[in-house]
Amino acid sequence: MGIISRGFAGRSREHNPQLPPGQYLTEDFPVLSAGPTPRISTDEWEFTITTEHGTVHRWSWADLMALPIEDVATDIHCVTRWSKLGTSWRGVSLDTLFAGVDTGYGFTMAHSYGGYTTNVPLADLLGGKAWIAFEFDGQPLDPEHGGPARLLVPHLYFWKSAKWVRGIEMHKRDDGGFWEQNGYNIYGDPWLEQRYS
Amino acid sequence: MTTTAPPALPLPARSVWKVGTVASVRTETPTGRSILIDVPGWGGNLAGQHLDLRLSAPDGYQAVRSYSIASAATGDRIELAVDRLPDGEVSPYLVDDLMVGDEIEIRGPLGGWFVWRTEQTEPVQLIAGGSGIVPLVAMARAHAASGSTARFRLLYSVRSPGDVFFASELASLASPNFEVTWVYTRETPPDWPTPAGRLSPAVLEASTIGASEMPAVFVCGPTGFVESVADWLVALGHPASSVKTERFGGK
Repeated sequence: MGIISRGFAGRSREHNPQLPPGQYLTEDFPVLSAGPTPRISTDEWEFTITTEHGTVHRWSWADLMALPIEDVATDIHCVTRWSKLGTSWRGVSLDTLFAGVDTGYGFTMAHSYGGYTTNVPLADLLGGKAWIAFEFDGQPLDPEHGGPARLLVPHLYFWKSAKWVRGIEMHKRDDGGFWEQNGYNIYGDPWLEQRYS
Repeated sequence: MTTTAPPALPLPARSVWKVGTVASVRTETPTGRSILIDVPGWGGNLAGQHLDLRLSAPDGYQAVRSYSIASAATGDRIELAVDRLPDGEVSPYLVDDLMVGDEIEIRGPLGGWFVWRTEQTEPVQLIAGGSGIVPLVAMARAHAASGSTARFRLLYSVRSPGDVFFASELASLASPNFEVTWVYTRETPPDWPTPAGRLSPAVLEASTIGASEMPAVFVCGPTGFVESVADWLVALGHPASSVKTERFGGK
């Protein structure tokens, strides 16, 4: 407990158990990106999973659309402290994409068009916890929000949900991605407030 | 849900909350003010970094927000500049209620990406929309204070002359090495040569360092502004990797 801010009453006093510590609710959908927004057409889009054996599993947009598509209702939490509750997405589960992937490695690095990277342990991508998402709120995902497709790992802070995702590479160790090398936490659990390194 | 969280490590100094004392406040615009805060143990920050600021109500309720730092000095005094958001919880308090002598909790400095380091020698183009000037003024100050010979240019888009943060300081920083171009979107100063209007690709091209000079470009402002400017910069031939952006607000 810190000092008291003279004259500060605050606003949103009712405790919302869906809100991780230090987060506030927004109805907006703020944008946080480190650079210009890549514009990738679905014609040129592809997604790969690359294993330690050098095997590259590859999906075109049409390949992705042919896979089982799931509706995902979830809360999302940004490290910059906004949370959005009950968002709706559509996408393909990483369980589906990893079904035929043979790897002994426990960590992954997601790569994006535009060069962004973020690291996620494999266990956090499997078990119904992560998707390649291409629809938000019933509409194709806007480029500003990561369209045509982004990684969706909603149980971690949202910088882990890499926009413009183009591939996942298996790693032996939990190497840090872009923000993880620029001051953010290596794992990013919002319920433990793992914001910064 | 947590399966592989790393073990807790000792917290670095920037992760520890420090108590700062407000040294002075100054009205900058009808909705914004700058605030000087003394934070013992701060020890300086890079130009462009941000911090977390925490307010605590008497019943223990706390609100934390991140703010860009307008200063880039080595000591324990920092400057913030805050614009009041109509529906904000923290910014109205900082703009309307905070007084000299008040204590406020600060954590940082944070962020290692949207920063300019004095040892960088390439030309630098700064592009600000509204209160997006804050981290960029820190870069302009660091540039001047360090005696850097890197060419700097600032393009600053504001609604009207009254909406300019750090107006007199920016005027005083102007030099052959630091050129400032103004874009007034709603209202210009008297006798301004061009009518008020939004920044256009043509004005952007005419008043910024060209891609051929390979400048480092920093763009900060509302999301719509930053999205447009960053797209135009890429269209003008700037590599996406040399355009760093910071956005605020939704879309």
